[in-house]
Amino acid sequence: MKLNGAEILINCLQKEGVKHIFGYPGGATLHIYDALEAQEEIIHVLVRHEQGAAHAADGYARTNGKPGVVLVTSGPGITNAVTGIATANMDSIPMVVISGQVPSPLIGNDAFQEVDAVGITRSCVKHNFLIKDISEVAITVKKAFHIATTGRPGPVVIDIPKDVTINQMEMEEYPETLKMRSYKPTTKASNRQIKKAAELIANSQRPILYSGGGSVIGNASKELRELTRLLGCPITQTLMGLGAYPGTDELSIGMLGMHGTYEANMAMHDSDCVVAIGARFDDRITGNLEKFCPSAKFIHIDIDPSQISKNVIADIPIVGQTKQVLQALIEELKDAKIADISKWWSQINTWRRVDSLAYKKKSGVIKPQTVIETLYEVTKGEAIVTSDVGQHQMWAAQYYLFNEPRRWINSGGLGTMGFGLPAAMGAKIAMPDRDVVCVTGEGSIQMMLQELSTMLQYNTPVKIVNLNNRYLGMVRQWQEFFYEKRYAMSYMDALPDFVKLAESYGHLGILVENEADLKPALVEALKQKDRTVFVDIVTDPSENVFPMIPAGGAHCDMLLAGRDEMVSKDETDFNAV
Amino acid sequence: MRHIISVVIENETGALSRVSGLFSQRGFNIESLTVAQTNDPSLSRMTIVSTGNDRVLEQIVKQLNKLIEVVKVSDLTSRDHIERDLMLVKICPTKKDNFDLKQLVDVFSCKVVDVTDKTYTIEISGKTKKLNAFLDAFDPASILEVSRTGVTGISRGKKLI
Repeated sequence: MKLNGAEILINCLQKEGVKHIFGYPGGATLHIYDALEAQEEIIHVLVRHEQGAAHAADGYARTNGKPGVVLVTSGPGITNAVTGIATANMDSIPMVVISGQVPSPLIGNDAFQEVDAVGITRSCVKHNFLIKDISEVAITVKKAFHIATTGRPGPVVIDIPKDVTINQMEMEEYPETLKMRSYKPTTKASNRQIKKAAELIANSQRPILYSGGGSVIGNASKELRELTRLLGCPITQTLMGLGAYPGTDELSIGMLGMHGTYEANMAMHDSDCVVAIGARFDDRITGNLEKFCPSAKFIHIDIDPSQISKNVIADIPIVGQTKQVLQALIEELKDAKIADISKWWSQINTWRRVDSLAYKKKSGVIKPQTVIETLYEVTKGEAIVTSDVGQHQMWAAQYYLFNEPRRWINSGGLGTMGFGLPAAMGAKIAMPDRDVVCVTGEGSIQMMLQELSTMLQYNTPVKIVNLNNRYLGMVRQWQEFFYEKRYAMSYMDALPDFVKLAESYGHLGILVENEADLKPALVEALKQKDRTVFVDIVTDPSENVFPMIPAGGAHCDMLLAGRDEMVSKDETDFNAV
Repeated sequence: MRHIISVVIENETGALSRVSGLFSQRGFNIESLTVAQTNDPSLSRMTIVSTGNDRVLEQIVKQLNKLIEVVKVSDLTSRDHIERDLMLVKICPTKKDNFDLKQLVDVFSCKVVDVTDKTYTIEISGKTKKLNAFLDAFDPASILEVSRTGVTGISRGKKLI
C-alpha cells in the first residue's frame, strides 16, 4: 500500500514506541497533522507556544527516561522551539524534534515561513537532518532516535519539507537495527583504567565522590548507592545529579558549587581523590579553576570523551556509561582493602556543624526557605519537583532533599527561565500518578504562563508554588553584592493578580501572605488531585541565597548567611559571570 | 603550535558547515581548510590547519570526533607526513624585479602556466613556507593576484589516517 511521507513518519514514530507528541500545527506540517489525526496510538498535546512544547517534551524525557518528541512548523515554529532545544542539549536530554519545512523547490527562496532550521539549530543539537526525499523518512527517524538516546543523549532535529510529507511511496519495513560507520559511542570502559581508579580510591585518605547528571541520565543510581556505601565515603552531588544518591543519607554531604553546602565545598577543596561521575566540572561547580581542589587527584568518569580534561585535567580518565563503570568499580573494590577514613569524616563533621543552610526566620515575612521545607514536609519528599531559574531554584535544590533520581527537574546548564511550568506539564503526562510541583518565581513563571491553558485542556494537575518576592531575586542578589545595591531592572512592578490569573485559566488560585497560612495552603493544594493549583506566596524580598562562592572564588572562600563581612571586593573577579 | 588535522567525514550537504561551525562556536582558530571528495565518493576529506596548545588540540580532536558525521580524525603533525599547498600567482614584473623569471621558476621548481603581454601566471606547490618564499622574491607591487588552496596532507609510509 502506498503511503504519503506524513503517514510514513507517523508510522515510524509508532514503531519507536512514541506515546506523546508535544506540538503546534502550521502550514508546513498540515499533512503530518492530518496523519496524526487518523490514528489513536500517539496522543498529541497542543501547547500554546513552541518553546513550551520543547520544555514539556524535555520534562517528559527527564521524568521517564524516554525521548521527548516535539512537532513544530517551519519558520517561527522552529525558531520558537530553539530555546527549548538548547536547554535539552546543555543537559543531555534525549529529544526528537520534527520541524516542517517549506516545500523543497522553495528552499532558499525566502519563502513564507522559511528559515534555515538545520543551520539555526546546528550548534544546539546533538545532530540534525534535512530530509530530501520520501525514501529517507524511515531511516532518518531511526537514526534520530538512535542518536538522541545513545551515548551522551541529546536533542536531534528532523526538518521535513512539505512536499516530502505529501509524496507517496510503498511503505517499507521499519529498520530494526542500524549501523552507522561514523557514530559508534563508547560504552565499555577500559579494564586497566578501572583497576587504576580502584587502587587510587582504595588508598586515598580523603576521597570524595562528585556525582552529576550522568548518574541520573545513565540510570546509575543503584550502582552509585552501592559504591558509596561500600566505600563509606562522602558523596556530593551537582544541581543536575540530585537524587541519584539519597539526599537524606548520612554519607550525602549535599550539593556542591556556587550555592553548595559548606561541608561539600570544603571537602572538595581538601580532598586528595575526587571521583567525578557523569559530571563535567562546570564553572558553577569549580569556581576559580586555579584554586580548585589543590591537592586532589582526579578520576573522571564520563560517556563523552570531550568532557574529560576539558576544564580539569583528569589523572585517570574513564570513558564509559556511568552504570557499567560503577558496576566494574564495585567488582574491583568489593574485596579490596580500603583505607580507613574516619579522620576525614571527623573533619567533615566539623564542617557540617557550621550548618551552612541555617537561616533566621523573621516575624511578619515568609522566608522562601521555609516554603521549600514546608513543601518537603507536606509532600513527604516524594513529589516530582520542577523549577525555573533563579533564587527559588537554588532554594528548592538546597532544602528539598531528593531521595530518588528523576524527581528534580530543572534547567541546569542553560539556565532557562520559563522551563518549570511546561516541564511540570510534561512530567505529569509522563507520571500521571505522581504529585508534580513546579517551584517558580514571579519572574520566571511569566515567561511561559500561556501553558496554563494547555494544562487545563489536557488535565495535567500540577501544583505551582510561586515564591513571589517582587524581584528578579538572583539578579537583585548580585546587584546587592557586586554592584553596590544599584538595582537596575531587577524590580518587578505591575505584577498580575496570580490568583485571578489562575482562575481565569480555569485553575485554582491561593494567595499566601502569612506564614500561618503556608502549610494549610500547601496541604489544600496537594489535596486537589484533579486540579492545577497556583499557590502565590509572598516571600521576603530581601532574602539571599547562601552559602555562596562569589564567581571567580575558590571553594574555601564561601559567604555564609549572616556573615556578609566575608565578602571581599578585591577577591571578587568582576569578569566572572 | 601549528597542527594539520585530517578529517574524514560523510559526504553530505552541510558537512563543511558542521565543521566550520564547530570551530567558530568553540573559538578554535582555522588557518586554512581544504575539502574534497575521496576515492570513496560517499566520503569527504578535510585538512584543517589550526594553532593551539596541546589542550586546545585535544579538544579540537575530541569535538570533531563528536560530530555525528565524522568518521575519522587525526593530527598529521604528530607523525611523519607530507604536506602540500598549491598556489596560482599572477605577476607583472616591475623594474625592481631584476632577475630572470625563467631562472626563478627553475629554482622553485614551479611552472609558468599562462602568459600575456603584461602578465605571467605561475603554478607552484609545496610547503607553505616555500610558497611564501616564492612570493617574497618579488616586489610586492608586481604581484597582481594570489590564489592558494591551503594545506593538504597525508602520512608517510604504510600508516593510514
